Amino acid sequence: MSAYDNVLAARSTKKLTSLDYINALFGDSFIELHGDRNFADDKAVVGGVGMLNDIPVTVIGLEKGRNTKERMERNFGAAHPEGYRKALRLMKQAEKFHRPILCFVDTSGAFCGIGAEERGQGHAIATNLMEMMALKTPILSVFIGEGGSGGAIALAVADEVWMMENAVYSVISPEGCASILWKDSSKAAEAAECLKMTAKDLFNLGVIERILREPTAGDQKMFESMKLLICRTFEKNLAVSGEELARLRYNRFRKIGQQ
Amino acid sequence: MDLFTFIKPKNELEQGDDTTVNKPYVPDEMWVKCPDCGTLLLTTDIEENFHVCSKCNHHFRVGSRKRIDMVCDKDTFKELDADFVSKNIIDFPGYDEKLESSKRRSGEKDSVVCGTCKIDGIETVIISMTADFMMGSMGTVTGDKITRAFEYATENGLPVIAFTVSGGARMQEGILSLMQMAKTSGAVKLHSDAGLLYITVLTDPTSGGVTASFAMEGDIILAEPGALIAFAGPRVIEQTIRQKLPKDFQTAEFLQEKGFVDKVIDRRYLKETLSKLLKIHNYTEVQ
Repeated sequence: MSAYDNVLAARSTKKLTSLDYINALFGDSFIELHGDRNFADDKAVVGGVGMLNDIPVTVIGLEKGRNTKERMERNFGAAHPEGYRKALRLMKQAEKFHRPILCFVDTSGAFCGIGAEERGQGHAIATNLMEMMALKTPILSVFIGEGGSGGAIALAVADEVWMMENAVYSVISPEGCASILWKDSSKAAEAAECLKMTAKDLFNLGVIERILREPTAGDQKMFESMKLLICRTFEKNLAVSGEELARLRYNRFRKIGQQ
Repeated sequence: MDLFTFIKPKNELEQGDDTTVNKPYVPDEMWVKCPDCGTLLLTTDIEENFHVCSKCNHHFRVGSRKRIDMVCDKDTFKELDADFVSKNIIDFPGYDEKLESSKRRSGEKDSVVCGTCKIDGIETVIISMTADFMMGSMGTVTGDKITRAFEYATENGLPVIAFTVSGGARMQEGILSLMQMAKTSGAVKLHSDAGLLYITVLTDPTSGGVTASFAMEGDIILAEPGALIAFAGPRVIEQTIRQKLPKDFQTAEFLQEKGFVDKVIDRRYLKETLSKLLKIHNYTEVQ
Protein backbone atom coordinates (compact mmCIF):
# COMPACT_ATOMS: atom_id res chain seq x y z
CA MET A 1 0.00 0.00 0.00
CA SER A 2 1.39 3.43 -0.93
CA ALA A 3 1.52 6.24 1.63
CA TYR A 4 -1.35 8.01 -0.11
CA ASP A 5 -3.50 4.84 -0.14
CA ASN A 6 -2.85 4.82 3.57
CA VAL A 7 -4.07 8.42 3.83
CA LEU A 8 -7.25 7.53 1.94
CA ALA A 9 -7.78 4.48 4.17
CA ALA A 10 -7.35 6.68 7.25
CA ARG A 11 -10.01 9.05 5.92
CA SER A 12 -12.47 6.33 4.92
CA THR A 13 -15.97 6.97 6.24
CA LYS A 14 -16.26 3.22 6.87
CA LYS A 15 -13.60 3.48 9.56
CA LEU A 16 -14.51 3.13 13.22
CA THR A 17 -14.81 6.48 14.98
CA SER A 18 -13.90 7.47 18.53
CA LEU A 19 -17.43 6.71 19.75
CA ASP A 20 -17.23 3.21 18.26
CA TYR A 21 -14.07 2.58 20.25
CA ILE A 22 -15.49 4.16 23.40
CA ASN A 23 -18.65 2.04 23.20
CA ALA A 24 -16.73 -1.15 22.47
CA LEU A 25 -14.17 -0.60 25.25
CA PHE A 26 -16.28 1.05 27.96
CA GLY A 27 -19.73 -0.39 27.24
CA ASP A 28 -22.46 0.87 29.55
CA SER A 29 -20.01 2.37 32.01
CA PHE A 30 -19.34 5.43 29.81
CA ILE A 31 -20.95 8.69 30.91
CA GLU A 32 -20.49 11.60 28.52
CA LEU A 33 -19.62 14.99 30.03
CA HIS A 34 -20.31 18.09 27.97
CA GLY A 35 -19.03 21.63 27.59
CA ASP A 36 -15.96 23.79 28.22
CA ARG A 37 -17.65 25.87 31.01
CA ASN A 38 -16.80 28.93 29.04
CA PHE A 39 -18.46 29.13 25.65
CA ALA A 40 -20.14 25.98 24.34
CA ASP A 41 -20.13 22.24 23.91
CA ASP A 42 -18.13 21.33 20.82
CA LYS A 43 -19.53 18.12 19.37
CA ALA A 44 -16.32 17.45 17.43
CA VAL A 45 -14.86 16.40 20.78
CA VAL A 46 -16.54 13.74 22.92
CA GLY A 47 -15.42 13.22 26.46
CA GLY A 48 -16.46 11.56 29.64
CA VAL A 49 -15.70 8.99 32.28
CA GLY A 50 -16.02 5.24 32.39
CA MET A 51 -14.52 1.97 33.60
CA LEU A 52 -11.84 0.10 31.69
CA ASN A 53 -12.04 -3.30 33.39
CA ASP A 54 -11.66 -2.12 36.99
CA ILE A 55 -9.81 1.16 36.28
CA PRO A 56 -11.79 4.44 36.28
CA VAL A 57 -10.66 6.37 33.18
CA THR A 58 -11.29 9.76 31.59
CA VAL A 59 -11.75 9.26 27.86
CA ILE A 60 -11.66 11.98 25.21
CA GLY A 61 -11.97 11.58 21.47
CA LEU A 62 -12.11 13.66 18.31
CA GLU A 63 -15.32 12.43 16.71
CA LYS A 64 -16.02 12.68 12.98
CA GLY A 65 -19.53 11.23 13.10
CA ARG A 66 -20.84 7.97 11.67
CA ASN A 67 -23.33 9.16 9.06
CA THR A 68 -23.92 12.35 7.09
CA LYS A 69 -26.19 13.90 9.69
CA GLU A 70 -23.75 13.19 12.51
CA ARG A 71 -20.81 14.35 10.45
CA MET A 72 -22.47 17.70 9.88
CA GLU A 73 -23.30 17.99 13.57
CA ARG A 74 -19.76 17.11 14.58
CA ASN A 75 -18.16 19.35 11.97
CA PHE A 76 -16.38 16.29 10.47
CA GLY A 77 -14.19 16.05 13.56
CA ALA A 78 -12.66 19.50 13.11
CA ALA A 79 -12.74 21.02 16.60
CA HIS A 80 -13.14 24.66 17.60
CA PRO A 81 -11.22 26.21 20.53
CA GLU A 82 -14.05 25.26 22.90
CA GLY A 83 -13.49 21.62 21.93
CA TYR A 84 -9.86 21.74 23.01
CA ARG A 85 -10.83 23.65 26.14
CA LYS A 86 -13.43 21.02 27.00
CA ALA A 87 -10.74 18.37 26.56
CA LEU A 88 -8.40 20.25 28.90
CA ARG A 89 -11.14 20.73 31.48
CA LEU A 90 -11.76 16.98 31.54
CA MET A 91 -8.04 16.27 31.73
CA LYS A 92 -7.61 18.60 34.71
CA GLN A 93 -10.55 16.84 36.34
CA ALA A 94 -8.84 13.49 35.69
CA GLU A 95 -5.65 14.81 37.28
CA LYS A 96 -7.57 15.90 40.37
CA PHE A 97 -8.93 12.38 40.89
CA HIS A 98 -5.72 10.74 39.67
CA ARG A 99 -7.55 8.97 36.85
CA PRO A 100 -5.63 7.96 33.73
CA ILE A 101 -6.60 9.71 30.48
CA LEU A 102 -7.25 7.93 27.20
CA CYS A 103 -7.41 10.10 24.05
CA PHE A 104 -8.58 9.01 20.61
CA VAL A 105 -7.34 11.15 17.73
CA ASP A 106 -9.15 11.32 14.41
CA THR A 107 -9.26 14.71 12.71
CA SER A 108 -8.21 16.36 9.48
CA GLY A 109 -7.13 19.30 11.67
CA ALA A 110 -8.37 22.01 14.01
CA PHE A 111 -11.15 23.97 12.30
CA CYS A 112 -10.11 26.98 10.17
CA GLY A 113 -12.85 29.59 10.35
CA ILE A 114 -13.80 33.00 11.62
CA GLY A 115 -15.23 31.85 14.96
CA ALA A 116 -12.30 29.55 15.58
CA GLU A 117 -9.82 32.40 15.07
CA GLU A 118 -11.88 34.89 17.09
CA ARG A 119 -11.99 32.55 20.04
CA GLY A 120 -8.27 31.79 19.89
CA GLN A 121 -7.65 28.47 18.16
CA GLY A 122 -3.90 28.94 18.50
CA HIS A 123 -4.20 29.86 22.15
CA ALA A 124 -6.41 26.85 22.91
CA ILE A 125 -4.01 24.38 21.31
CA ALA A 126 -0.96 26.03 22.89
CA THR A 127 -2.55 25.84 26.34
CA ASN A 128 -3.32 22.13 25.89
CA LEU A 129 0.27 21.39 24.87
CA MET A 130 1.65 23.25 27.86
CA GLU A 131 -0.75 21.85 30.43
CA MET A 132 -0.76 18.26 29.15
CA MET A 133 3.02 18.16 29.41
CA ALA A 134 2.76 18.72 33.16
CA LEU A 135 -0.36 16.67 34.02
CA LYS A 136 0.37 14.47 37.01
CA THR A 137 -1.66 11.51 35.80
CA PRO A 138 -1.06 8.91 33.05
CA ILE A 139 -2.04 9.88 29.47
CA LEU A 140 -2.26 7.58 26.48
CA SER A 141 -3.18 8.77 22.98
CA VAL A 142 -4.35 6.42 20.25
CA PHE A 143 -4.55 7.57 16.62
CA ILE A 144 -7.44 5.74 14.99
CA GLY A 145 -7.69 7.59 11.66
CA GLU A 146 -6.38 10.96 10.60
CA GLY A 147 -3.90 12.88 12.73
CA GLY A 148 -3.99 16.38 11.27
CA SER A 149 -1.27 18.66 12.58
CA GLY A 150 -1.91 21.01 15.53
CA GLY A 151 -5.47 19.79 15.92
CA ALA A 152 -4.14 16.28 16.55
CA ILE A 153 -1.15 17.01 18.77
CA ALA A 154 -3.44 19.06 21.04
CA LEU A 155 -4.69 15.66 22.28
CA ALA A 156 -1.41 13.78 21.91
CA VAL A 157 1.05 15.13 24.46
CA ALA A 158 1.04 11.74 26.13
CA ASP A 159 3.25 9.23 27.97
CA GLU A 160 2.82 6.94 25.00
CA VAL A 161 1.30 7.44 21.55
CA TRP A 162 -0.11 4.43 19.69
CA MET A 163 -1.40 4.23 16.13
CA MET A 164 -3.74 1.93 14.28
CA GLU A 165 -1.91 0.30 11.36
CA ASN A 166 -3.82 2.43 8.84
CA ALA A 167 -3.80 5.72 10.75
CA VAL A 168 -1.70 8.69 9.63
CA TYR A 169 -0.17 11.61 11.53
CA SER A 170 1.33 14.62 9.80
CA VAL A 171 2.39 18.23 10.14
CA ILE A 172 0.27 19.14 7.09
CA SER A 173 -2.14 17.31 4.78
CA PRO A 174 -0.43 15.91 1.67
CA GLU A 175 -2.75 18.07 -0.48
CA GLY A 176 -1.78 21.20 1.45
CA CYS A 177 1.90 20.33 1.25
CA ALA A 178 1.74 19.72 -2.52
CA SER A 179 -0.13 22.94 -3.19
CA ILE A 180 2.30 25.04 -1.14
CA LEU A 181 5.49 23.42 -2.39
CA TRP A 182 4.65 22.54 -5.97
CA LYS A 183 1.55 24.72 -6.51
CA ASP A 184 -0.24 21.54 -7.51
CA SER A 185 -2.51 19.70 -5.10
CA SER A 186 -2.77 16.76 -7.48
CA LYS A 187 0.76 15.81 -6.43
CA ALA A 188 -0.60 14.81 -3.02
CA ALA A 189 0.49 11.19 -3.45
CA GLU A 190 4.09 12.30 -3.88
CA ALA A 191 3.82 14.61 -0.88
CA ALA A 192 2.38 11.81 1.27
CA GLU A 193 5.49 9.75 0.54
CA CYS A 194 7.84 12.64 1.40
CA LEU A 195 6.09 13.63 4.63
CA LYS A 196 6.67 10.21 6.27
CA MET A 197 3.23 10.10 7.81
CA THR A 198 2.29 6.41 8.05
CA ALA A 199 2.33 4.48 11.32
CA LYS A 200 5.42 2.58 10.22
CA ASP A 201 7.31 5.76 9.29
CA LEU A 202 6.45 7.36 12.62
CA PHE A 203 7.50 4.27 14.55
CA ASN A 204 10.85 4.33 12.76
CA LEU A 205 11.25 8.04 13.54
CA GLY A 206 10.68 7.30 17.24
CA VAL A 207 7.53 9.42 17.45
CA ILE A 208 5.15 6.59 18.46
CA GLU A 209 5.54 3.58 20.75
CA ARG A 210 3.19 1.02 19.27
CA ILE A 211 1.30 0.07 16.10
CA LEU A 212 -2.02 -1.69 16.71
CA ARG A 213 -3.95 -4.12 14.54
CA GLU A 214 -7.19 -2.43 13.65
CA PRO A 215 -10.32 -4.06 15.09
CA THR A 216 -13.41 -4.39 12.90
CA ALA A 217 -16.86 -3.49 14.17
CA GLY A 218 -18.28 -6.23 16.38
CA ASP A 219 -14.97 -8.06 16.77
CA GLN A 220 -15.22 -8.02 20.56
CA LYS A 221 -12.24 -10.34 20.94
CA MET A 222 -9.93 -7.77 19.38
CA PHE A 223 -11.39 -5.00 21.52
CA GLU A 224 -10.81 -7.13 24.60
CA SER A 225 -7.14 -7.57 23.79
CA MET A 226 -6.85 -3.85 23.07
CA LYS A 227 -8.49 -3.14 26.43
CA LEU A 228 -6.03 -5.42 28.16
CA LEU A 229 -3.10 -3.64 26.53
CA ILE A 230 -4.40 -0.22 27.59
CA CYS A 231 -5.11 -1.39 31.15
CA ARG A 232 -1.62 -2.83 31.50
CA THR A 233 -0.08 0.45 30.37
CA PHE A 234 -2.24 2.43 32.80
CA GLU A 235 -1.45 0.06 35.69
CA LYS A 236 2.25 0.42 34.98
CA ASN A 237 2.01 4.23 34.85
CA LEU A 238 -0.33 4.55 37.85
CA ALA A 239 2.49 3.05 39.92
CA VAL A 240 4.74 5.97 38.95
CA SER A 241 4.45 9.30 40.81
CA GLY A 242 2.74 12.18 38.98
CA GLU A 243 5.89 14.32 39.06
CA GLU A 244 7.95 11.50 37.59
CA LEU A 245 5.34 10.89 34.87
CA ALA A 246 5.48 14.56 33.86
CA ARG A 247 9.28 14.45 33.84
CA LEU A 248 9.33 11.32 31.66
CA ARG A 249 6.74 12.84 29.32
CA TYR A 250 8.85 15.96 28.84
CA ASN A 251 11.93 13.84 28.16
CA ARG A 252 9.97 11.78 25.64
CA PHE A 253 9.38 14.92 23.54
CA ARG A 254 12.66 16.57 24.53
CA LYS A 255 14.71 13.99 22.66
CA ILE A 256 12.80 14.34 19.37
CA GLY A 257 15.01 16.40 17.10
CA GLN A 258 17.59 16.94 19.84
CA GLN A 259 20.82 18.38 18.45
CA MET B 1 28.22 39.60 -26.04
CA ASP B 2 26.63 39.22 -29.47
CA LEU B 3 28.12 40.56 -32.66
CA PHE B 4 25.73 43.49 -32.90
CA THR B 5 26.64 44.80 -29.48
CA PHE B 6 30.29 44.29 -30.30
CA ILE B 7 30.26 46.41 -33.47
CA LYS B 8 28.03 49.11 -31.98
CA PRO B 9 29.86 52.44 -31.49
CA LYS B 10 31.14 52.78 -27.97
CA ASN B 11 29.31 56.03 -27.14
CA GLU B 12 25.98 54.44 -28.11
CA LEU B 13 26.78 51.42 -26.06
CA GLU B 14 27.33 53.51 -22.97
CA GLN B 15 24.09 55.35 -23.44
CA GLY B 16 22.20 52.09 -24.02
CA ASP B 17 18.45 51.85 -24.59
CA ASP B 18 17.62 52.70 -21.04
CA THR B 19 15.53 55.84 -20.97
CA THR B 20 15.93 56.25 -17.24
CA VAL B 21 19.57 57.31 -17.49
CA ASN B 22 18.66 60.97 -17.74
CA LYS B 23 16.68 60.82 -14.52
CA PRO B 24 18.47 61.62 -11.28
CA TYR B 25 20.27 58.54 -10.14
CA VAL B 26 19.14 57.09 -6.83
CA PRO B 27 20.49 53.74 -5.71
CA ASP B 28 17.71 51.32 -4.73
CA GLU B 29 19.03 50.80 -1.26
CA MET B 30 18.84 54.52 -0.41
CA TRP B 31 15.05 54.67 -0.54
CA VAL B 32 12.29 52.41 0.66
CA LYS B 33 8.67 52.75 -0.32
CA CYS B 34 6.22 52.28 2.52
CA PRO B 35 3.87 49.44 1.49
CA ASP B 36 1.00 51.03 3.44
CA CYS B 37 1.02 54.74 2.47
CA GLY B 38 3.42 54.72 -0.48
CA THR B 39 5.69 57.41 0.96
CA LEU B 40 9.32 57.22 -0.15
CA LEU B 41 11.49 57.05 2.92
CA LEU B 42 15.23 57.47 3.25
CA THR B 43 16.81 54.25 4.48
CA THR B 44 18.89 56.16 7.00
CA ASP B 45 15.76 57.87 8.37
CA ILE B 46 13.98 54.54 8.68
CA GLU B 47 16.87 53.03 10.54
CA GLU B 48 16.87 55.88 13.01
CA ASN B 49 13.12 55.48 13.43
CA PHE B 50 13.27 51.76 14.40
CA HIS B 51 12.16 50.73 10.89
CA VAL B 52 8.81 52.44 11.32
CA CYS B 53 7.29 54.69 8.62
CA SER B 54 7.38 58.25 9.95
CA LYS B 55 4.19 59.11 8.11
CA CYS B 56 1.74 56.24 8.67
CA ASN B 57 3.42 54.27 11.44
CA HIS B 58 3.81 51.12 9.32
CA HIS B 59 6.17 48.71 11.06
CA PHE B 60 8.63 47.22 8.57
CA ARG B 61 9.77 43.64 9.13
CA VAL B 62 13.22 43.43 10.66
CA GLY B 63 15.66 40.52 10.90
CA SER B 64 16.50 38.75 14.14
CA ARG B 65 19.84 40.50 14.80
CA LYS B 66 18.47 43.97 14.14
CA ARG B 67 15.61 43.16 16.48
CA ILE B 68 18.07 42.24 19.21
CA ASP B 69 20.04 45.46 18.62
CA MET B 70 16.86 47.49 19.03
CA VAL B 71 16.08 46.32 22.54
CA CYS B 72 19.38 45.16 24.05
CA ASP B 73 21.94 47.35 25.76
CA LYS B 74 24.92 47.85 23.46
CA ASP B 75 27.32 44.89 23.23
CA THR B 76 25.52 42.82 25.87
CA PHE B 77 24.13 40.11 23.58
CA LYS B 78 25.77 36.70 23.94
CA GLU B 79 24.48 34.04 21.59
CA LEU B 80 23.55 30.52 22.69
CA ASP B 81 23.88 27.46 20.42
CA ALA B 82 25.09 29.59 17.52
CA ASP B 83 26.51 26.56 15.70
CA PHE B 84 23.29 24.53 15.39
CA VAL B 85 22.56 23.87 11.71
CA SER B 86 19.40 22.38 10.14
CA LYS B 87 19.83 19.13 8.23
CA ASN B 88 17.56 17.29 5.82
CA ILE B 89 16.63 14.60 8.32
CA ILE B 90 13.73 12.96 6.51
CA ASP B 91 15.34 13.37 3.09
CA PHE B 92 12.70 15.76 1.81
CA PRO B 93 13.13 16.65 -1.88
CA GLY B 94 14.43 20.18 -2.48
CA TYR B 95 15.02 20.89 1.21
CA ASP B 96 18.84 20.95 0.99
CA GLU B 97 18.67 23.63 -1.71
CA LYS B 98 16.12 25.62 0.25
CA LEU B 99 18.32 25.53 3.35
CA GLU B 100 21.32 26.69 1.34
CA SER B 101 19.48 29.63 -0.25
CA SER B 102 17.99 30.64 3.11
CA LYS B 103 21.40 30.57 4.75
CA ARG B 104 22.77 32.76 1.99
CA ARG B 105 19.89 35.23 2.08
CA SER B 106 19.65 35.60 5.85
CA GLY B 107 23.22 34.98 6.88
CA GLU B 108 21.76 32.76 9.61
CA LYS B 109 21.98 29.02 10.18
CA ASP B 110 18.32 28.71 11.14
CA SER B 111 15.17 30.75 11.65
CA VAL B 112 15.87 31.66 15.27
CA VAL B 113 18.66 33.39 17.20
CA CYS B 114 18.79 32.82 20.96
CA GLY B 115 21.01 34.26 23.64
CA THR B 116 21.33 36.35 26.74
CA CYS B 117 21.46 40.12 26.92
CA LYS B 118 20.79 43.07 29.17
CA ILE B 119 17.86 45.46 28.89
CA ASP B 120 18.52 48.61 30.91
CA GLY B 121 21.04 46.55 32.82
CA ILE B 122 18.61 43.70 33.55
CA GLU B 123 19.79 40.30 32.40
CA THR B 124 17.36 38.29 30.27
CA VAL B 125 17.22 35.45 27.77
CA ILE B 126 16.17 36.64 24.34
CA ILE B 127 14.70 34.60 21.47
CA SER B 128 14.44 36.31 18.10
CA MET B 129 13.04 34.74 14.92
CA THR B 130 13.61 35.91 11.38
CA ALA B 131 11.31 35.78 8.35
CA ASP B 132 14.33 35.68 6.03
CA PHE B 133 15.00 32.06 6.87
CA MET B 134 12.25 29.92 5.31
CA MET B 135 9.58 32.34 6.51
CA GLY B 136 10.57 31.76 10.12
CA SER B 137 9.33 28.20 9.99
CA MET B 138 10.02 25.98 12.99
CA GLY B 139 12.12 22.89 12.32
CA THR B 140 13.92 20.65 14.78
CA VAL B 141 16.87 23.02 15.19
CA THR B 142 14.50 25.95 15.79
CA GLY B 143 12.54 23.94 18.36
CA ASP B 144 15.65 22.63 20.05
CA LYS B 145 17.28 26.08 20.29
CA ILE B 146 14.12 27.59 21.78
CA THR B 147 13.75 24.69 24.23
CA ARG B 148 17.38 25.04 25.32
CA ALA B 149 17.01 28.80 25.70
CA PHE B 150 14.09 28.23 28.10
CA GLU B 151 16.03 25.55 29.97
CA TYR B 152 18.98 27.93 30.31
CA ALA B 153 16.66 30.62 31.65
CA THR B 154 15.07 28.18 34.12
CA GLU B 155 18.47 27.03 35.42
CA ASN B 156 19.73 30.57 35.81
CA GLY B 157 16.54 32.17 37.10
CA LEU B 158 16.24 34.51 34.11
CA PRO B 159 13.17 35.91 32.36
CA VAL B 160 12.59 35.17 28.66
CA ILE B 161 11.58 37.62 25.93
CA ALA B 162 10.59 36.04 22.60
CA PHE B 163 10.06 37.87 19.30
CA THR B 164 8.01 35.66 17.03
CA VAL B 165 7.66 35.74 13.26
CA SER B 166 6.75 32.49 11.57
CA GLY B 167 4.72 30.73 8.92
CA GLY B 168 4.38 27.78 11.31
CA ALA B 169 5.94 24.33 11.59
CA ARG B 170 8.42 23.49 8.81
CA MET B 171 6.80 20.86 6.63
CA GLN B 172 10.12 19.75 5.12
CA GLU B 173 10.91 18.09 8.45
CA GLY B 174 7.54 16.36 8.61
CA ILE B 175 6.21 15.14 11.92
CA LEU B 176 9.48 16.01 13.69
CA SER B 177 8.75 19.72 13.35
CA LEU B 178 5.21 19.22 14.69
CA MET B 179 6.77 17.62 17.77
CA GLN B 180 8.68 20.85 18.43
CA MET B 181 5.36 22.48 19.34
CA ALA B 182 4.99 20.10 22.28
CA LYS B 183 8.68 20.28 23.17
CA THR B 184 8.88 24.08 23.32
CA SER B 185 5.57 24.17 25.25
CA GLY B 186 7.02 21.75 27.79
CA ALA B 187 10.07 23.98 28.24
CA VAL B 188 7.83 27.06 28.66
CA LYS B 189 5.83 25.19 31.31
CA LEU B 190 8.93 24.29 33.35
CA HIS B 191 10.11 27.91 33.14
CA SER B 192 6.66 29.12 34.19
CA ASP B 193 6.42 26.65 37.09
CA ALA B 194 9.75 28.02 38.34
CA GLY B 195 7.97 31.37 38.78
CA LEU B 196 9.86 33.12 36.01
CA LEU B 197 8.54 35.76 33.62
CA TYR B 198 7.98 35.08 29.93
CA ILE B 199 7.03 37.92 27.58
CA THR B 200 6.19 37.30 23.93
CA VAL B 201 6.25 40.01 21.28
CA LEU B 202 4.25 38.87 18.25
CA THR B 203 5.43 40.44 15.01
CA ASP B 204 4.22 40.26 11.44
CA PRO B 205 3.36 37.50 10.62
CA THR B 206 3.03 34.95 13.41
CA SER B 207 0.98 31.92 12.42
CA GLY B 208 0.42 28.17 12.45
CA GLY B 209 2.39 25.95 14.79
CA VAL B 210 4.24 28.85 16.40
CA THR B 211 0.99 30.65 17.26
CA ALA B 212 -0.34 27.32 18.55
CA SER B 213 2.66 26.84 20.84
CA PHE B 214 5.18 29.14 22.53
CA ALA B 215 3.93 32.40 20.93
CA MET B 216 0.62 32.20 22.80
CA GLU B 217 2.09 30.92 26.07
CA GLY B 218 3.58 34.15 27.40
CA ASP B 219 2.63 35.55 30.81
CA ILE B 220 2.37 38.80 28.91
CA ILE B 221 1.65 38.86 25.18
CA LEU B 222 2.60 42.04 23.31
CA ALA B 223 2.14 42.57 19.58
CA GLU B 224 3.35 45.06 16.98
CA PRO B 225 0.77 47.31 15.27
CA GLY B 226 -0.81 45.78 12.19
CA ALA B 227 0.94 42.43 12.62
CA LEU B 228 -0.90 39.42 11.21
CA ILE B 229 -1.43 36.93 14.02
CA ALA B 230 -3.27 33.76 13.13
CA PHE B 231 -3.58 30.05 13.64
CA ALA B 232 -4.80 29.42 10.10
CA GLY B 233 -3.73 32.04 7.56
CA PRO B 234 -6.39 34.20 5.87
CA ARG B 235 -6.13 32.41 2.52
CA VAL B 236 -6.70 29.00 4.09
CA ILE B 237 -9.76 30.31 5.93
CA GLU B 238 -11.17 31.95 2.81
CA GLN B 239 -10.80 28.67 0.94
CA THR B 240 -12.40 26.71 3.78
CA ILE B 241 -15.42 28.92 4.38
CA ARG B 242 -15.63 30.31 0.82
CA GLN B 243 -16.13 33.91 1.82
CA LYS B 244 -13.99 37.04 1.97
CA LEU B 245 -12.63 38.03 5.36
CA PRO B 246 -13.04 41.51 6.87
CA LYS B 247 -10.03 43.79 6.33
CA ASP B 248 -8.62 43.97 9.84
CA PHE B 249 -9.32 40.31 10.66
CA GLN B 250 -6.37 38.66 12.47
CA THR B 251 -4.44 41.87 13.02
CA ALA B 252 -2.76 42.60 16.34
CA GLU B 253 -5.49 45.14 17.11
CA PHE B 254 -8.19 42.57 16.33
CA LEU B 255 -6.57 40.06 18.69
CA GLN B 256 -6.35 42.65 21.43
CA GLU B 257 -10.05 43.36 20.99
CA LYS B 258 -10.85 39.64 21.16
CA GLY B 259 -8.78 39.28 24.32
CA PHE B 260 -5.75 37.34 23.11
CA VAL B 261 -3.13 40.09 23.19
CA ASP B 262 -2.33 42.14 26.29
CA LYS B 263 -1.12 45.21 24.47
CA VAL B 264 -0.38 46.41 20.96
CA ILE B 265 2.84 48.32 21.28
CA ASP B 266 4.67 50.76 19.00
CA ARG B 267 8.21 49.54 18.38
CA ARG B 268 9.65 52.89 19.41
CA TYR B 269 8.41 52.35 22.97
CA LEU B 270 9.18 48.65 23.10
CA LYS B 271 12.46 48.71 24.99
CA GLU B 272 11.02 51.09 27.55
CA THR B 273 7.97 48.85 28.05
CA LEU B 274 10.02 45.67 28.34
CA SER B 275 12.27 47.35 30.87
CA LYS B 276 9.28 48.50 32.94
CA LEU B 277 7.73 45.04 32.87
CA LEU B 278 10.98 43.40 33.96
CA LYS B 279 11.27 45.82 36.89
CA ILE B 280 7.64 45.27 37.92
CA HIS B 281 8.45 41.57 38.14
CA ASN B 282 11.34 42.32 40.51
CA TYR B 283 14.19 41.72 38.11
CA THR B 284 17.01 44.11 38.88
CA GLU B 285 20.11 45.50 37.26
CA VAL B 286 23.22 43.38 37.41
CA GLN B 287 26.78 44.65 37.14
